[in-house]
Amino acid sequence: MERRTLIKTFAASLLAGAVLAGPALAEGTITIGASAPKTGPLAGGSAVTYWPAIQLWVHDVNERGGIDVGGEKMKVELIEYDDRTSNEEAIKNIQRLATVDKVDFIIPPYGTGINLATAPLIAKYGYPHIAVTAVTDGVDEFAARWPNSFWTLGTSEGMATSLVDVMKKMKDAGQINEKVAVVNVADAFGIELANAGKPAFEEAGFDIVYETSYPLQQQDFAPIISSAMNAGPDSFVAFSYPADTFGLTKQAAIAEMPVKVFYTGVATAFPAFAGANGAAANGVMGVGGVNASTEAYQDFAKRQEEVTGVAPDFWASPVQYASLEALEQAITAAGSIDKAAVIEALKSGTFDTIMGEWKFDNNVIRSFWTVGQWQDGAFQGIASKGAGGEAEPIVKSGWK
Amino acid sequence: MDILITGTVLGGTYALIALGLTLQYGVARIMNLANGENLVLACFCAFWLYTAASINPVIGIAIIAPAAFLLNWLIYVYAMKPLVDRAKNRGQLEVDSILATFGLMFIMQGVMLLVFGGSYFSYNFLSEPVRILGANYGLNRIVALGAAVVIAAGLYLFLYRTRYGTAIRAVSVSPSSASLVAINVPRASAFAFALGGALTAAGGALLSTFYTFNSSMGVIFTMKALIIVIMGGVGDVRGAVLAALLLGLAETAVASLIDPGLTLAATYTLFIIVLLIRPQGIFGRQTA
Repeated sequence: MERRTLIKTFAASLLAGAVLAGPALAEGTITIGASAPKTGPLAGGSAVTYWPAIQLWVHDVNERGGIDVGGEKMKVELIEYDDRTSNEEAIKNIQRLATVDKVDFIIPPYGTGINLATAPLIAKYGYPHIAVTAVTDGVDEFAARWPNSFWTLGTSEGMATSLVDVMKKMKDAGQINEKVAVVNVADAFGIELANAGKPAFEEAGFDIVYETSYPLQQQDFAPIISSAMNAGPDSFVAFSYPADTFGLTKQAAIAEMPVKVFYTGVATAFPAFAGANGAAANGVMGVGGVNASTEAYQDFAKRQEEVTGVAPDFWASPVQYASLEALEQAITAAGSIDKAAVIEALKSGTFDTIMGEWKFDNNVIRSFWTVGQWQDGAFQGIASKGAGGEAEPIVKSGWK
Repeated sequence: MDILITGTVLGGTYALIALGLTLQYGVARIMNLANGENLVLACFCAFWLYTAASINPVIGIAIIAPAAFLLNWLIYVYAMKPLVDRAKNRGQLEVDSILATFGLMFIMQGVMLLVFGGSYFSYNFLSEPVRILGANYGLNRIVALGAAVVIAAGLYLFLYRTRYGTAIRAVSVSPSSASLVAINVPRASAFAFALGGALTAAGGALLSTFYTFNSSMGVIFTMKALIIVIMGGVGDVRGAVLAALLLGLAETAVASLIDPGLTLAATYTLFIIVLLIRPQGIFGRQTA
């Protein structure tokens, strides 16, 4: 009997200790929740672009003592949830972060579709929603509908028309003919880019000789590549997601697809793309890009690899990091972790990030990279909306 | 012509995915939902052997398949055997094994996520073009097709031309009668389950040479394998190969002639048609 009482007392004091210690510990910290795919079709993408940039930022902030909030340094604690690449799961995660974990800030999910699906909920709980991995034409509409939302990576129209501009210049210079094959993944990103790209191609005098869409989990691309080849285009354009980007490129290399422009979507900018395709990657164009020669990018890439073991991509990784730098500076500017105050600070402030100086224009960053190309082992930005430092495009010659 | 060859090559790939499950489900009567995870695990092992020790994936099978055999034997003896023993009839065993392997699937997926993370993996092995009748095909896919033919033929010979193979077929027809003619049923079942796992792993090693894979995509393979096994007739190697070829051809034809978005629809349409005409599968026996 006595022993049991002893244990009870011990347990009770432990519990009391935990309860007392809990708030004392939490006082100096800002909790930040993140929900994105760790499993499912988009997990491969978020494992390159999303999670490592966030981990690096948390590491950086805590290393320099925390975020300056009204003179007090507050450390950051990260809560990570897996949304299994499912909208429903993502919504549950956001709900949980807001109501159970009661986090101070939320880092919005990965992927256009899931960002849009969770936006109403994030708005309802009043969190700033700085979307990075969301490319959509609705940025102005969404920014008006959810004044807490900020859009940083550009518009699908911008991405697609910029590609058409690059290709039109090549056509006018006689480097390619007017025949183009356009395929897309049947998901928000692919559909939006295809819808913006196809009319732009026609307007620029291109002839779309083959077009199709394929589902998100497609594994076999031989039929698409061979059908496209039968149509005999000089250019092949795929608005694709990571797994299909790899699949299409491999298949095109095997078939020795005789094209002079080969463009794929998300993941072309991943370091693994060059690793998987070797010399065949040279000349492949893709969505995104970055000025890879800037000191800020190279420093970021080096540190992310040191801290997380994962090399960043040449597109959204630095933007993901920059979005968190903006959040941090907005918190400091607001002098509190009050969500509404931070949203106001984001709207009006100017932020010094690794992507250069950021100032939101009606909640949207208007300068962004649109097209990149693998040139001698680096994915160089070749077109942008006002980012500056573009490289000249080259004609793709063979797959060896 | 293009469609025929591409479809056959794809069919060979599907046969590799499904042959192991045919044995596991047909003989050991375990509906192994972790089949795809087993395959992806083999992909990772092949990847790792190739990149870290530069062991050719085809030779790597010599390491991966026995390891998978052992792993699956252990899984059967420690995780599945108790279910077999307590099941009163086949239906109950099926439900229990589905639940158990469903759990196994999450365990394997979780372990792979922990070890390898969620990223995509791929490497270049034999990804050079071969010219067949005026069009290029990946050499690695042709190798996989060849291996599928060898594995299927070997399995067929083993099951139909050897004594132990006949015993295994006897177990698949009727476990209770098989034990009457002095066949060690638990042992034969464990052997079939382990052999099925080894075949799946061999398939995975070959697939890894041309598929881009990550930790969480096992379920896609499981679905394909399930459809093929049920379509071909449970436990029948010939049926599984034929179903795999049919599926490969149908998918390629639909993707080339109609729309790549409809391949999944084609798969399930074919599945439904076969089940409507022959509910027991192409080579399946009427269940007594």
